[in-house]
Amino acid sequence: MKQGIGSEAIRVKGWFAAHQWLLARRATQFAVLALFLAGPWLGYWIVKGNLNYSLTLGVLPLADPYVLAQSLVAGHTPERNALVGAAVILIAYFLVGGRTYCAWVCPVNVVTDAAHWLRARLGVPGSARISRSTRYWILAMTLALALITGSISWELVNPVSMLHRGIIFGIGAGWIIIVAVFLLDLFVAGRAWCGRLCPVGAFYSAVGRFSPLRIVAVRREQCNDCADCYAVCPEPLVVKPALKGAADGIGPVILSPHCTNCGRCIDVCSRDVFAFGARFSNRGNPLAGAAEQAAAVNVS
Amino acid sequence: MAGRGKIRAATRRQFLFDAARSAGSVTLVGTGLALHTGQAKALPPEVIRPPGARAEPEFLGACLRCGMCVRDCPYHILDLAKLGQNTAVGTPYFVARGGPCEMCVDIPCVKACPSGALDPTLTDINRARMGLAVLADHETCLNFLGLRCEVCYRACPLSDKAITLEQQQNPRSSLHAMFIPTVHSDQCTGCGKCEHACVLETTAIRVLPRRLAKGELGGHYRLGWEEQKKAGKPLIEGVMDLPDRMPETTK
Repeated sequence: MKQGIGSEAIRVKGWFAAHQWLLARRATQFAVLALFLAGPWLGYWIVKGNLNYSLTLGVLPLADPYVLAQSLVAGHTPERNALVGAAVILIAYFLVGGRTYCAWVCPVNVVTDAAHWLRARLGVPGSARISRSTRYWILAMTLALALITGSISWELVNPVSMLHRGIIFGIGAGWIIIVAVFLLDLFVAGRAWCGRLCPVGAFYSAVGRFSPLRIVAVRREQCNDCADCYAVCPEPLVVKPALKGAADGIGPVILSPHCTNCGRCIDVCSRDVFAFGARFSNRGNPLAGAAEQAAAVNVS
Repeated sequence: MAGRGKIRAATRRQFLFDAARSAGSVTLVGTGLALHTGQAKALPPEVIRPPGARAEPEFLGACLRCGMCVRDCPYHILDLAKLGQNTAVGTPYFVARGGPCEMCVDIPCVKACPSGALDPTLTDINRARMGLAVLADHETCLNFLGLRCEVCYRACPLSDKAITLEQQQNPRSSLHAMFIPTVHSDQCTGCGKCEHACVLETTAIRVLPRRLAKGELGGHYRLGWEEQKKAGKPLIEGVMDLPDRMPETTK
């Protein structure tokens, strides 16, 4: 029988080194939440608001460009603070990778990671076939609805803002939607919400289409085909071109905009194949293999 | 060559079916959400938006659901709607009977709004139009019963402008006066102080959305006495003043 996923990495590198990015990610997720909660719970108003819009230390506005885009499509011209805040977020996530938002900030990630963990633990069999491109259809649908209804419709049900706002301002019956997402990922299809349906993730993947910060299979020649990276990756299709594409002239940089920069592949690799790097690491041809990677990811 | 063409055709076929499947299911979900959006636009009448809030359909396209207005309200009367409350999730509101708007002169909630869902051109809180107070129940209002309650009149921040007391004879005794609290829609901000202050178990005066509270005359209506004032003279020259004739028997 095969050993547990990542056990080889734990043996070689030690438990801490084999979980460092996971720990850093959880710490970041909870730190972001703690910054928002320090005000209402302890009276230290560092950050006011929620992920849709916030004001840090009374000067730095941050706004979710996806919500703002829906507002614009709905026919409203926002005031300056919202526009500045959205611009700051767009630039920041362009630099660090669009879906870095998903892995490092979004509170639903903790829920779906928990569902994924439990799904593996219980050995839930089978998985509904949901195309990974469904999220783009939903993204288009939410923008079309904003246009038709003149209202930010998606915010009526968006689990991301529902959970984050709920933790800070009170969730009401919103927990039902969060439980629904958990059960969807647990029983209906693995990684269904973040990996196939969520339009917020789809939006941020578009933001990070050309992001410089990438995960690079720098030592891919050392790969021993243990496949642990595929097993832990929330978007397993992004790994193969960079890892196994040497023969086809594909560079070692994971260029797919679906990669969430979560760093779990770095953690679980006992051979240190992966590392954070820049997209320009595909020396000579920075976009080598981009088209192939994009195509590979759009296949369900 | 022919084999490859067949594969390509099969791939194209598969792609089209996949796209149709996604588009179909997403349209279904979208239709449901569109219907839900329509329902969310109907605000329950007791739910009042903060000062400067744009009209409801427009507000739902502008509000970012961030809660900045809630945070900056010094009296903590604002809250964000939660799922299951019949108000669009994450949008700010207050209920006057629970806690009315205190009408801060610097309007911090409007200043906090990053999107303009609360109109930043509102700088004078007395010009806020959150709703309109209506003395809805004439049967339980103590002043209508001939008593001197008038707590709503005294609680009103624009007392004697937004609410006045209009004197009438009390027909029950024919001796006493009734002081009828009367709301003036050109002054009332809809802050809800009157509704909050009403001493009854269930309030007789309540803030309603203006569209529910206010009547509207037909566009063709002309009020003769005002037209006459405007013209500065009788509108019809030489109106005949006929003699008053009394029945013969009364002579």
